[in-house]
Amino acid sequence: MPVIVKIPSPLRTVTAGEAQVECAPGTVRELISEVDGRYGGFAERVMDDGQLRRFVNVFVAGEDVRFGDGIETAVSDGQEVQILPAVAGG
Amino acid sequence: MTVRLDGGQVVADAYPTAATNLRCRESGTEYELEARYVCDVSFGPLEVAYDTDEIAARVSRERIAEGPQNIWRYRDFLPCAPEDPTVGLPTGLTPLVYAPRLAYELGLGEVWVKNDTANPTHSFKDRVVSVAIQKAKELGFETVACASTGNLANSVAAHAAARGLESYVFVPADLEPQKIIATGVYGTNLMAVDGNYDDVNRLCMQIADERDWAFVNVNLRPYYSEGSKTLAYEVAEQLGWELPDRCVVPIASGSLYTKLHRGFRDLIETGLVETEVPTLDGAQAEGCGPVAEAFAHGRDFVAPVRPQTIAKSLAIGNPADGAYALDTASATGGSITAVTDEEIVRGIELLARTTGIFTETAGGVTTAVLTKLAERGEIDASERVVIYITGDGLKTLDAVADQVRPNAIDPTLESFESFAATAV
Repeated sequence: MPVIVKIPSPLRTVTAGEAQVECAPGTVRELISEVDGRYGGFAERVMDDGQLRRFVNVFVAGEDVRFGDGIETAVSDGQEVQILPAVAGG
Repeated sequence: MTVRLDGGQVVADAYPTAATNLRCRESGTEYELEARYVCDVSFGPLEVAYDTDEIAARVSRERIAEGPQNIWRYRDFLPCAPEDPTVGLPTGLTPLVYAPRLAYELGLGEVWVKNDTANPTHSFKDRVVSVAIQKAKELGFETVACASTGNLANSVAAHAAARGLESYVFVPADLEPQKIIATGVYGTNLMAVDGNYDDVNRLCMQIADERDWAFVNVNLRPYYSEGSKTLAYEVAEQLGWELPDRCVVPIASGSLYTKLHRGFRDLIETGLVETEVPTLDGAQAEGCGPVAEAFAHGRDFVAPVRPQTIAKSLAIGNPADGAYALDTASATGGSITAVTDEEIVRGIELLARTTGIFTETAGGVTTAVLTKLAERGEIDASERVVIYITGDGLKTLDAVADQVRPNAIDPTLESFESFAATAV
């Protein structure tokens, strides 16, 4: 089963309006690279200097990757990856 | 009166404020004043930008004093306001209470309590919601919504009811029963989510992408957060247009704390007051103190935590404005301190028995941090200190239920005298 990467609305301008993208399993870094291969400019929007941008949160199966291995967190078959802005709530 | 009913909704003309656009705090990219909270370029947060010359030209102490008896008296500093200030639930102008007994107990000179429990739904959230719902109306939304730790839920449900808007309120399912009931009673769509606040918030961001709703603390967050500035303006006006030397403020997302800073700076930049920004001390619970943790280690970023505290209204493990809160502490010479659940309960009791004000757990956190700062000798006896009490104790009764033990007697004088003899 592929991995589903869910794209938040501010990033859909890069993904031609797509709200989700199917990728092969891998680390979060590899998934971002795969999406970037299809939609140029994607990686630049979510990463800075090789790391996730300060205001980008990534969740793998509902779990914040900062509780795991950060951008190197592994994503298995069938898991869902959510990319969300970090600036809501409170 | 220019307020009217239209299809069950309360309609009022918009007051032309000095807001000009939305601007990204990181990249400086500008956007129209629309329902948008994230910068397309940097992913950073947007905030409202103003024509500051226009504000300075408009405001004066006299103009504010002649304004309505609610937060709209400060409308020249806000992103939006109704032309007729009687619309909706009047919010603000809560008492600033002199607290000599609290000061004495802590060995301090002058302490005041900003009692923001005296709002329509008994927390400071009525300020931010008033502004957000006004903006929702101006943008033509029919439905408002929020992710909440409880106080915001109460407030969104009530203000939506007052203005005839449909509302959806998302809360963690394990919230205090008082907060659940005091939300559902307003006829909102109350969604109890099996998860913590951060889970609820994440869900709401996804729903905000799919529905044409005004989420007050998601897509309307730039406007919503501006409402907190009124807590700076009010305290200054209530102190006769002087600023305190120090404030102690609870931190959940960090929005209130950072916007207080902005509010005090507004007053100085427009010449309404002539002193310096107060020292701003932030207060968190140890069971959810990611900003205090970052402050203690001198970091400029906030690592998320999994909340485990009785202070549920502050239980945000992934605070949106955490990094900016660190900036505020640093810019004002303040600190960010965390206290234990036991200290929170003692804080609630201390405030109640020395001031007559019953606060929810967040105010217990604030009072406990004041106590800690006093014990550490960080507050000079000459300082005028204001503590912000943001929510009512009736919302979190369980926190102190075990501390209260009624003395049971028979309805006879003998029974009372018998009790009194043993009590002496």
